[in-house]
Amino acid sequence: MMDAIGQPLERADAHLKVTGAARYAAEWDLPGLAYGAVVVSGIARGTVRAIDAKAARRTPGVLAVLTHENAPRLRPLPDKLGKVLLRGEGGMTEARQPLQDAEVYYAGQPLAVVVADTHERARHAATLVGVTYDEQPPELAMTTARRQARPATFLGSPEEKLQVSIGDPAAALAAAPVRLERVYESAVTHHNPIEPLATIAHWEQRDGADFLTLYDTTRFLTGVQQIAAGAFSLPKENVHVICPFVGGAFGSKGWLFAPPLLAALAARMVGRPVKIEWRRQDMFTVAGHRSATRQTLALGATPDGQLTALQHDTQSHASLVSGFAEPCANLSRMLYQVPNLGFTHQVAHLNLPSPSTMRGPGETVGGWALECALDELATELKLDPVALRLKNYAEHNPETGKPWSSKHLRDCYARGQALIGWEKRNPVPRAMREGRYLVGYGMATTMYPAGRNAATARATISADGQALVESATHEIGNGARTIFRQISADGLGLPVARVRFELGDSALPPAPNTGGSVTTATVGPAVLAACRNALRALRQLAVRDAQSPLFGAAEEAIEARAGRLQLRAAPAQGEDYGAILRRARLPAVSAEGSAKPGPEKKQYSFYSFGAVFAQVRVDEATGVIRVARLCGVYDVGRVMNPPTARSQLLGGMTMGLGATLMEETSYDPRTGHPVVRNLADYHVPSLADTPEMSIEFLDNPDPHIGELGARGIGEIGCVGTPAAITNAVFHATGQRLRELPLTPDKLLRAATRA
Amino acid sequence: MMNPANQTQFIDQGLASDPTNRLPVTLTINGQAYPLQLESRVALLDALRENLHLTGTKKGCDHGQCGGCTVHIDGQSALACLTLAVMSEGKAITTIEGLAQGETLHPLQAAFIRHDALQCGYCTPGQLMAASAWLSGQPPRTAAEIQEAMSGNLCRCAAYPNILAAILEAQGA
Ligand code: FES
Ligand code: FES
Repeated sequence: MMDAIGQPLERADAHLKVTGAARYAAEWDLPGLAYGAVVVSGIARGTVRAIDAKAARRTPGVLAVLTHENAPRLRPLPDKLGKVLLRGEGGMTEARQPLQDAEVYYAGQPLAVVVADTHERARHAATLVGVTYDEQPPELAMTTARRQARPATFLGSPEEKLQVSIGDPAAALAAAPVRLERVYESAVTHHNPIEPLATIAHWEQRDGADFLTLYDTTRFLTGVQQIAAGAFSLPKENVHVICPFVGGAFGSKGWLFAPPLLAALAARMVGRPVKIEWRRQDMFTVAGHRSATRQTLALGATPDGQLTALQHDTQSHASLVSGFAEPCANLSRMLYQVPNLGFTHQVAHLNLPSPSTMRGPGETVGGWALECALDELATELKLDPVALRLKNYAEHNPETGKPWSSKHLRDCYARGQALIGWEKRNPVPRAMREGRYLVGYGMATTMYPAGRNAATARATISADGQALVESATHEIGNGARTIFRQISADGLGLPVARVRFELGDSALPPAPNTGGSVTTATVGPAVLAACRNALRALRQLAVRDAQSPLFGAAEEAIEARAGRLQLRAAPAQGEDYGAILRRARLPAVSAEGSAKPGPEKKQYSFYSFGAVFAQVRVDEATGVIRVARLCGVYDVGRVMNPPTARSQLLGGMTMGLGATLMEETSYDPRTGHPVVRNLADYHVPSLADTPEMSIEFLDNPDPHIGELGARGIGEIGCVGTPAAITNAVFHATGQRLRELPLTPDKLLRAATRA
Repeated sequence: MMNPANQTQFIDQGLASDPTNRLPVTLTINGQAYPLQLESRVALLDALRENLHLTGTKKGCDHGQCGGCTVHIDGQSALACLTLAVMSEGKAITTIEGLAQGETLHPLQAAFIRHDALQCGYCTPGQLMAASAWLSGQPPRTAAEIQEAMSGNLCRCAAYPNILAAILEAQGA
């Protein structure tokens, strides 16, 4: 039954959010709360010789100053969390625990925490802490870094190999009638959610044992729980992580665990709850980022545009204490039918902060390079960019040979062309003008892998006819609270108004981290399973109850509709859920359910697809590029809630626009300090930067990903948009810009050279 | 003219000039008076969030760059992170908690819900406070004017097209 699924329902937590009642991590009011302010490293490489905290400790209200010398000891991070490799080359996270040693690996690294009774006193005292160092010259350039690595896999996943060669790409390139080799570079970008990182840590004794509660802004409740439990040698059950609202994540707030651990260390030390709210400038050092990349794309093709070879080599950077590799070949490995395919990934270890996933990790900038190279090839061969893509359309996954679970990319291209008015495009670059502006149209393919993980949920039906469904998933703006409520309503046969869905608490039935655009496909089936189990319990009560109109009926003959159990064949014969429970003198029935992926992944290749079209206006006098229109057509399986889905796509596409035109963090090449570390210098798109946007979904349910038929939508909007805009800029100006972001200086420089 | 040394001494002796001295301050927020003892260095934003637990006003940057902390002071929009609490005494402060009339949402709040003009919701109070102050008592604005005027309120979720649609609709209400 799908009454609520697919409906354009209002966001379940919208009222809380527009009235200021939604409670984010820093906003819990605990008695005796103290405040932590972090002292960070002023050098990028070296060793702390001494920390002079005397003045800070003398400041009124200061309760403690934690440094590597006096902080409680933490056990090291595990090598893996579930299947995800944490440490080592290709691993996810920063492989060191905070305040355990004197080594400095990057500027902005936390070195001390000052705890005081007020926020102001803590902040002020933190400025009084003096640190002296034995400094070494930092390594800050990818090309000259001494430590380079070629990780075998991304996060240890056997399915995500980072060094691959299929066929003979080198020979095929050498033999190709048409050859194109280009270098594309992209800048460091930061997630910059508007809610900064924050944690409140609270230690208690419960039944004689240590118990830690963390109010933490995280999209990985069980990760924080396991990491904190491991670090403090506690059973997992003795760590409780609470986070009903995340103020945006975009790939941050997931896998870098030092912030909650620092708050826990501080709270342990002072014996009071401690809050650490990170400053905006810290978001440029401790919250992760997308590494800069230098990518070489080599394409071999026949004169009519058939690809014969593709080689995609990526250089990115990680810190000295992280092995994270930006997996840039994610599109190259699967998007086009090419017989000779190769890719490599090299990571330079620098004295810069540890990177992390950022919306479309690998796909956003890797897909940009690939889709720009395709555009360059189309220009070279005088082919329409869409025609070139259709010519190389992959009917099955070229790397694995598996069939797609569902793919309607041709429809995306066609619909996108209609939306943007592709037929109006004069294929000749620099041929279209509107007044003083050069006008250009560009397009790109987008995709995102559609994964699915295991999850659990609990459904409770109460005698008052209301229901509560719960799972430890996260509300990061993705609409989880809204769509799982819809799914629950359908699963329970109840109107949405009678169903509440709760999340954001590690004490609820476990769900994995919210990331990788897998949440609907992961948690949705668990929610349905829990609902089914709760209804089964209710049916069993009814059929055994002599007073029930359903007494003695076969369970399969009973259906759940609009809050009633009734006979399928005779719907009038039945009763509402509350009546069954009241007669049984039960306040509620409750059941858990779980779901995990089946063998489908062995048989099919799961991806969402889409096509993005952009129209730009370029002012050649100033070099300013404005995106006038963005049209995206997406093949993402069944859509649970069109408005919230559209919102996610708007957000993704706009973040892609930001990465294309304005977002860039630069570091001082001598000191390694971020030169850009606030929201005035780091430009995220504003309302005035927002183009006219049209977004459409094909709404073809995926027949193989599970009964909801939903693939993910969180990241695909960010992917594709950068190439569509970059290609439109070429079409407008005749200038190929191969360095993100496309700031005015680069366009002016290119125009001068031409 | 006071010489610099005397000036320093004067400031040191002045109760209000020592940022660590606690002063009695009464803040009038959403029509209610809140007597507080606050150091003079306490920002209005921290007074709201930490001392009064009115956490609807958000801290996104603490530098006047994101708009998340927008409140109304005497009907004008103001950034609470750049306003000292002690300077707000005697003024009428309105926060997001006071934007609705009891159970009745402000037309902008209702329009934000209808247009899904929010995702994570963290920037939302600031958006609403900025828009409500700017539109109040004014003739309807054009889309271009709204885009310009609201660009001091960053939304990283980029609910922007929906924010624009919501404001366009609500200003007619
Ligand atoms: S917190 Fe005040 S403008 Fe960002
Ligand atoms: S709704 Fe998330 S920052 Fe605006």
